[in-house]
Amino acid sequence: MKKPCTGIAVLILFVPLVLLTLAGCSKETQIVLNVYNWGDYIDESILDDFEKQSGIKINYETFATNEDMYIKVKQGGTKYDVIVPSDYMIEKLIKEDLLAKIDVEKIQTYKYIDSRFLGLRFDPANQYAVPYIWGTFGILYNRTKVSDPVESWDILWNPKYAKQILMMDSVRDSLAVAFLRLGYSLNTTDTAQLTEAAELLIQQKPLVLAYVGDNYKDMMVQEEAALSMCWSGDAVFVREQNADLEYVIPKEGTNLWLDCMVIPKSSEHQEEALRFIDFMNQPEIAQRNIEYLGYATLNTAVFDLLDTQTREDPALYPPGEVSSRWEVFADIGDANVAYNRIWTEIKSR
Amino acid sequence: MKRADVNFLQYPYILWAGLFIFIPLVIVLWYSFTVAGADGDAVFSLENYERFLSPVYMQVLSRSAVLAVKSTFICLLIGYPAALIITRLPRMWRNTILLLLVIPMWINFLLRTYAWMVLLGRRGVLNRILEFFGLPGQEWLYTETAVLIGMVYNFLPFMVLPLYSALSRIGKETIEAAEDLGANRFVVFRRVVLPQSVPGVIAGITMVFMPAVSAFVVSALLGGGQYMLIGNLIEQQFLYVGDWHFGSSLSIIMMVVILLTMALVSLYDKGASLEGGNLW
Repeated sequence: MKKPCTGIAVLILFVPLVLLTLAGCSKETQIVLNVYNWGDYIDESILDDFEKQSGIKINYETFATNEDMYIKVKQGGTKYDVIVPSDYMIEKLIKEDLLAKIDVEKIQTYKYIDSRFLGLRFDPANQYAVPYIWGTFGILYNRTKVSDPVESWDILWNPKYAKQILMMDSVRDSLAVAFLRLGYSLNTTDTAQLTEAAELLIQQKPLVLAYVGDNYKDMMVQEEAALSMCWSGDAVFVREQNADLEYVIPKEGTNLWLDCMVIPKSSEHQEEALRFIDFMNQPEIAQRNIEYLGYATLNTAVFDLLDTQTREDPALYPPGEVSSRWEVFADIGDANVAYNRIWTEIKSR
Repeated sequence: MKRADVNFLQYPYILWAGLFIFIPLVIVLWYSFTVAGADGDAVFSLENYERFLSPVYMQVLSRSAVLAVKSTFICLLIGYPAALIITRLPRMWRNTILLLLVIPMWINFLLRTYAWMVLLGRRGVLNRILEFFGLPGQEWLYTETAVLIGMVYNFLPFMVLPLYSALSRIGKETIEAAEDLGANRFVVFRRVVLPQSVPGVIAGITMVFMPAVSAFVVSALLGGGQYMLIGNLIEQQFLYVGDWHFGSSLSIIMMVVILLTMALVSLYDKGASLEGGNLW
């Protein structure tokens, strides 16, 4: 071993690194806002408009699951300014003191947000989260293949449709269906209730064609299956592709889900982050965004601008009484371990 | 040039291996032996490994192992004759066939697996062919068979290539000598070709078994998420549960399984060659 060579190797590796770091520092004059959102969850031309209007540069990154996002934020080393987590994850982030309080007075467009989506359990005093998109889940079915009326979650256990049923490859969503059928809370941590739900899902497994992710949309459009769990926003998209598909929120109830904009405590540009949130809620911007996404808006001004057909679409905007039968996911804390154990058990059968 | 003069050429690799292989492994090991304490600190514990011993997870491991063994075996069953046939072909054909074997590997793994969904689907190509001949369509996709097909399809080249290189190295003269001494084709194969191809078999088995036991995309896509394998379990821990500690211990366990299998296989290798020495 000759020492100088090691020295050279180290030098070769580190010099560019140092140079890169220096280069990064020299351009600090321009404010960069780091936005962290779900994949394909914004009309990206809106980001360009914001940059033009405000002179703030946006660094846009995406994540695939709440847990993925959580680990990145929790471990630090990242400087996100606006993130868009879901309900239960916001509760967890608040519990762990990772979010900055938001002064809603500074968001002029806050008044447009439908009050039905404010003060929910994950942020009861509206101190941390500004709702972005909302929706429900229900059953998507093919009218030509399902002869029985689809009004209850029970139909996903009907042996007549063996190997025609798709469930979500996601612990909380699939367990939620079992809880709804049993009449339990979607956030139960009671061992007996969990076991009962697990048994229900194990009993259902022989009837299930597959536990799926995003590809359930393609499978339903191509008529590979007759019944599937489905998110309200996707329902609109698939119905356009195949006119035989119908979306129903079963009578037992559903899950109300919300993705909200929040500002992490570690953000160095909280003022600019507020400006961005304000911008996203401007009616014309929010309308463009919702038209691109195909989900339901929670902006009252945008809702008034929608055509009657969209506004009366029960998939997107379920009748008022549904809101008495929906429940938001909560952070279940340590029960996560039990949930995932159950899921492994179901899937290893 | 003296050897010492070129020694520095290995430093980039040593640095690379240290940064991206050794250090990460140590981190994984550290995670696997700790759990998150009350205040978020890591506390030393064997809990992750204890947890793994429960029947649920053992079942996942055994299913992965069985599936990996099955697909390795099928690969060997298809791959050996294929490699043998390739070595007997005229040179031009040989290269074409080898190229055809490798070309699919240039396509992204995910895409190749996804293509099988189109073939095996309820209204897929295979069922349409069956229906054309008046046969009833079958349920192919989302079964264990589909997972097996996907694995064999994806890993077959890893079996054929080392086998081919071992088989093509066998000198024609040894075969001819055996034939001159009156051995029929079966005896030639059993006593001359087979023993000399053992290194290729070993290499093929290791190269197929390793990715097969850790596969998770194939089972998620072709198995419809119904067949949880250890690869899926690890993915679940990291991406959905966020339990890096348990995920890490699962990864370590999988590495141990692979190492053990390789040790076992190479033991057999030595045994076979020893035995060979005694017999012939």
